[in-house]
Amino acid sequence: MTDADELRRRTRELLAACPPAATERTDFLRARFDAGLAWVHFPAGLGGLDAPRSLQAVVDAELEAAGAPGNDPGRIAIGLGMAAPTLLRFGTDEQKQRFLRPLWTGEEVWCQLFSEPGAGSDLAALATRAVRDDGDWVVDGQKVWTSSAHLARWAILIARTDPDLPKHRGISYFICDMTDPGVEVRPLRQITGEAEFNEVFLTGVRIPDAHRLGEVGEGWKVAQTTLMNERVAIGGTRIPREGGMIGVAAAGWRERPELRTHDLHQRLLKLWVEAEVARLTGERLRQQLTKGQPGPEGSGMKLAFARLAQEISGWEVEFLGEDGLTYDDWTLRRPERVDFTGRQAGYRYLRAKGNSIEGGTSEVLLNIVAERVLGLPPEPRTDKDVAWKDLPR
Amino acid sequence: MTAPLHGTPDPDLLYSADEEALRDAVRSLLADRSDPATVLAGLESAVPYDASLWRSLAAEIGTAGLLVPEKLGGQGASAREAAVVLEELGRSVAPVPYLTSAVIAVTALLGCDTGREDVAGPLAALAGGRTVGVLALPLPTAPDGVGDPAVQADEAGSLTGRVTSVADAAAAELLLVWARRADGPALYAVEAAADGVRTEAVTSLDLTRPLAHLTLDGARGRLLATGDRARTAVERALLAGAGLLASEQLGVAEWCLAETVRHTAQRTQFGRPVGSFQALKHRMAALWLDVASARAAARNAADALATGSPDLPVAVAVAQAYCAPVAVRAAEECIQLHGGIGMTWEHPAHLFLKRAKSDQIALGTPGRHRDALAGLVGLGAP
Repeated sequence: MTDADELRRRTRELLAACPPAATERTDFLRARFDAGLAWVHFPAGLGGLDAPRSLQAVVDAELEAAGAPGNDPGRIAIGLGMAAPTLLRFGTDEQKQRFLRPLWTGEEVWCQLFSEPGAGSDLAALATRAVRDDGDWVVDGQKVWTSSAHLARWAILIARTDPDLPKHRGISYFICDMTDPGVEVRPLRQITGEAEFNEVFLTGVRIPDAHRLGEVGEGWKVAQTTLMNERVAIGGTRIPREGGMIGVAAAGWRERPELRTHDLHQRLLKLWVEAEVARLTGERLRQQLTKGQPGPEGSGMKLAFARLAQEISGWEVEFLGEDGLTYDDWTLRRPERVDFTGRQAGYRYLRAKGNSIEGGTSEVLLNIVAERVLGLPPEPRTDKDVAWKDLPR
Repeated sequence: MTAPLHGTPDPDLLYSADEEALRDAVRSLLADRSDPATVLAGLESAVPYDASLWRSLAAEIGTAGLLVPEKLGGQGASAREAAVVLEELGRSVAPVPYLTSAVIAVTALLGCDTGREDVAGPLAALAGGRTVGVLALPLPTAPDGVGDPAVQADEAGSLTGRVTSVADAAAAELLLVWARRADGPALYAVEAAADGVRTEAVTSLDLTRPLAHLTLDGARGRLLATGDRARTAVERALLAGAGLLASEQLGVAEWCLAETVRHTAQRTQFGRPVGSFQALKHRMAALWLDVASARAAARNAADALATGSPDLPVAVAVAQAYCAPVAVRAAEECIQLHGGIGMTWEHPAHLFLKRAKSDQIALGTPGRHRDALAGLVGLGAP
């Protein structure tokens, strides 16, 4: 049994063997992975020690105190949050051995090739084809909203392997080599002026069958694991009062008394209350998770945060008056990570528009809450049992 | 200017096993004796509250003394447990004087010198559910809006004046009266049946928490506390009332949502359950999120009351500013999404709408609590 003391002992052993000050960053991260201290809840030999996930904090605190380098999780979020749990659950031993270590150390960045121009909320309608050719699959199609594609070495990809089956059943899941000559990555410029995301064009991309995850035709099931893990991160940390966007707005109110009006005051107080209650709701969810009683609140938190981010940033631009008419920079930047509270009010206002679209639109999330939490009857579905090739497009 | 935010407090927002057990006991009592149809049937009976239900709830289950230490005749529990009782009372709109007697009047007495027999005596009677007591202030009075007393006391403790819109006054045997003496404000105990006390029932919007105007004409009062102590006791009682009212509002909203989901999943129009239409289910899903959020806000206020957190005034203001409108919206959605049946007297939805709307005004409107918050968190007006 690996308990906190045992983890502390192993962490100190690692620090003694590889003193952070005298060890190259990548070497240290590899040694940490090999010591099972990367993600302690993963199996031994794959960066973990089969320990409870909650004990990761013990290791992280020891390493931070010793000034050890981290793996910059913000830069490799797709790999850590989505690819890794899917590889762990569905990967072969060879796949896990080959991919997990460089994924975790950040030597290999991952991206996700799921959404398509014709398959957004209805992801299962995707049209990218994967056709067998000897021992390989040949992939043709177009993906969109791919963050990190321009930095990525590998991608998790879902593609249609059997158009004669209903849409959910004809999909398979692959690991795609982003250096294949058939992969073309183009920046997708957003309303903010920057390009966090990409369009990815796949033309005759060859994927060896050894890079398939899960059975042929089981790709939708595999993708559910990926998407479920996208939400695990929510509720992990405590947010202080006035954390996030409301803190920026409240600071502005305190610093610029000359801009205050009664109308803006009333609206700010309402938003402050809503932000504080959203914080408490998240905190309650966190307490439930800590006690091993996950509640359904998680499904709704994203709805609340999206609406609040939009309303608060909209309030802020209006509050700023003449300054609200300006924008810091329209040049096409390529940020490596998202920062919802960064830059100035105009940027936050525009970026927040994406909060109710990305990772499930608010309308789809409301359907999920209504049907899975409240148990309301589903909408009649006309597309469920029809062959994908016969669906209207 | 920076905000006077004493760090971020660390409240327990969950329910303990004991709290869940208490909930089960209260819920099963109310299911047997006070389901909405029973409440509806009893409404026009001219009886101010359900005395037999009150005996079972207050004395037999022992909920009237939750806030009172055991040595003073109570259960020695806390606002967290009282909040659970109020959630259940909200879910059934039961006509019992729990908020007014077991929360507000009890807290006012706890703020007086409980070492005195004439404080400890009535406190034990309220805690045991033997007596119903109310703090004689208009129901809309906010914790920071107590103001000058409307009642005058002379040297002999004889009280004269009029207090309007006192909730559950017709049910009360003991009145706690906020009065002005020559040397400042004071709190008096007055027997409701005493000479010189007149109780005039008001036709209330909320039939399940009836109001009455009180007229005192030389009524004899026993002095409980004076000056700052009296004022603090009254303000603290209203703060406890406002904080725990959030849990009642949560219960009201929960019933409305659950009943609406149940109805729309069964009601068929255009050949399918109306709850399968997105136009309706999105409204219910949005309401579910508001109710889940109201639960966090109400739990936070109850925990702050229970622990005596320095964050208490903020927690109460946030809970009232948030939960009051959620209860109203839930009740309004309940009526709308029920369609025609929701507009009838026969269906109990109107009881919840009337309670929710009345609760929105009770103990300070949401706007009043937001104003209080502006001062508390350093977001001053223009």
